[in-house]
Amino acid sequence: MSLIPARARGALSRFYAMLMKEFIQLRRDRVTLATMISVPLMQLFLFGFAINTTPRDLPTAVLLQENTDVGRSILAALRNTAFFDIRKVATSEEEVDSLLRSGTVLFAIEIPAGFERALRRGETPAMLVAADATDPVAAGSALGALEGVVQSALSRDRVTGVAPPAQPAFEIRQHRRFNPAGSSQLNIVPGLLGTILTMTMLIFTALSVTREVERGTMESLLAMPIRPLEIMLGKIAPYVAVGFLQATLIVSAGVFVFGVPLLGNLALLALLSTLFIAANLSIGYTFSTLAQNQLQAVQMAMMFFLPNILLSGFMFPFAGMPVWAQWIGECLPLTHYIRIVRGIMLKGADLTDLQHDGLWLVGLMLIAMTIAVRRFRQTLD
Amino acid sequence: MTQSAPDIVIDVAGLTKTFGTRTVVKDLTLQVRRGQIYGFLGPNGSGKTTTIRMLCGLLTPDSGTGSCLGYDILTQSHLIKRHVGYMTQRFSLYQDLSIRENLEFVGRVFGLEDPRAAASEAIDSLGLRGREDQIAGELSGGWKQRLALGACILPRPDLLLLDEPTAGVDPKARRDFWNQIHGLSAQGLTVLVSTHYMDEAERCHEIAYIAYGELLAHGPVDSVVRNAGLQTWRVSGEDLYSLATALGKLPGLELVAPFGASLHVGGRDHAAVEAAIAPWRNDPRYVWRLDEPTLEDVFIDLMSRKKDNFRDNAS
Repeated sequence: MSLIPARARGALSRFYAMLMKEFIQLRRDRVTLATMISVPLMQLFLFGFAINTTPRDLPTAVLLQENTDVGRSILAALRNTAFFDIRKVATSEEEVDSLLRSGTVLFAIEIPAGFERALRRGETPAMLVAADATDPVAAGSALGALEGVVQSALSRDRVTGVAPPAQPAFEIRQHRRFNPAGSSQLNIVPGLLGTILTMTMLIFTALSVTREVERGTMESLLAMPIRPLEIMLGKIAPYVAVGFLQATLIVSAGVFVFGVPLLGNLALLALLSTLFIAANLSIGYTFSTLAQNQLQAVQMAMMFFLPNILLSGFMFPFAGMPVWAQWIGECLPLTHYIRIVRGIMLKGADLTDLQHDGLWLVGLMLIAMTIAVRRFRQTLD
Repeated sequence: MTQSAPDIVIDVAGLTKTFGTRTVVKDLTLQVRRGQIYGFLGPNGSGKTTTIRMLCGLLTPDSGTGSCLGYDILTQSHLIKRHVGYMTQRFSLYQDLSIRENLEFVGRVFGLEDPRAAASEAIDSLGLRGREDQIAGELSGGWKQRLALGACILPRPDLLLLDEPTAGVDPKARRDFWNQIHGLSAQGLTVLVSTHYMDEAERCHEIAYIAYGELLAHGPVDSVVRNAGLQTWRVSGEDLYSLATALGKLPGLELVAPFGASLHVGGRDHAAVEAAIAPWRNDPRYVWRLDEPTLEDVFIDLMSRKKDNFRDNAS
């Protein structure tokens, strides 16, 4: 006992006191404890399985301009690969165009009329492939895979009898739609717009209710004749303006500094951005009604933010994720907003093309608001 | 408003509230008449704040019924809120808003026709003209309290619920505050005010004493004192502390409490009191004087009896 000097013993004991206190407080704060244990595991599993930079099952449309054995075997070969998921057999160029613009498909493969005959004559006919290159990563690796797939399909089928491996019997004419240079800025700027808005909007409202509770102002507020819906809308509305300002700045910078085109309607972009901002604010507000204090609210916002970044198609190709992860992605506002921004800015999409994503945003916002109003504690019980 | 008793503003019976296993308010019955200043007394944690919160709909009673301003406290709290000004124990206006902004906020929430004019009027009557743009968080305790009261009466409520409004406020500000309360009461406003201060209790038309969640006594101050039936002695002299220690152990004495330079000794059984103090009555070190019990004597007596009951029930 006397080996340790008295002063050091005192310091040790104070340290121990502090340590114990922190543990006790941590044990009492169940939410933080649960977050500390479950979040790393959950996210490791979630993202470990979900993220795959080599996209698979890319939604693809096929336009067969001739009905021949070659066409059918190419189609069958594409169906058999893991890369392409043939969602639509289109009947016209216009249909292909609209499918690409709305984001229903990321690829369109066109076999022109006279392909088989040209192939038999050894004329190296061209097969047309249009890829949605707004996400260059997804487009690039699939385009790279395509040639091999078709080549082996044709040789396995032995329809031609020619096709010496040294010289390709046909040519694949690639068309990187919407982003011909494959510039990643065209992908990243719209993604960043959504990501930044998500982060700031969530935090703004996630703190709003817990702040009132912690500062003691909630008691006065609840004693006044004001309803939960009024409180919620009153707290969300000012930040819609703030978010709109942020969006304006980012879009301006994107267009004027990074050279991102703005092909579509600016008013439509403004409208859908406002909707996206309101949806995120509602979700943040919902966290605020669920959390006990400001720290918990911020933790919830962070937990929600991470999948938004990783599963929305911003960082990694959406089409590369397994179906269950895509479903999680569908439930995140950012997923739909990235499609909207890419659609409007890069593809010139109109409201008809984007109504699906717009409706998702409305739905997510209404769900969040309903939970928030129901969860809002009108008493101090 | 109910037809039966238009003069009763607060009329509750059997109110009970439990948090977990702790019963904070037990079977509380209370009636407050229009225009009265009703004092709500009791030690910390006795259930005063909980009762006030149940009256204005901030807490839901576990059992019990009642009305506030003629509205059912269980089902019509949204209507009660429109006519009640509730001043919380802790300053609960926005610290980061100015005086004027806070008042205008309250005016708008209550749907006043002209919140700006109402706020201006309140600023004048509070004597805050010239400081209206000051941030509320920077105000001193007394001014915060004044602002909080101003915000409460801004929507012209019919009932004020004030939860320890003068805690931490200097005597001058306290006196001003009570003068204002009496002025409002004269205009027909009903005021329920909780406090720790005995001098404040004596400024109330009626009082209720609550401890351990139970109402122990209520009525006008003098009748509460009279009904207690206490015989009290004031003892002065040297070394009162050891006398108090000796007396404290004796049966028959429910009250042994030092008050400044004197000791208050008393009980309800007058014969027992006299018997208990007899050995010291002629002690030259002490001067004994029979006196009217004060309100505080009564409360100390009530508390000690209540505590004994608690102990008896527990064992």
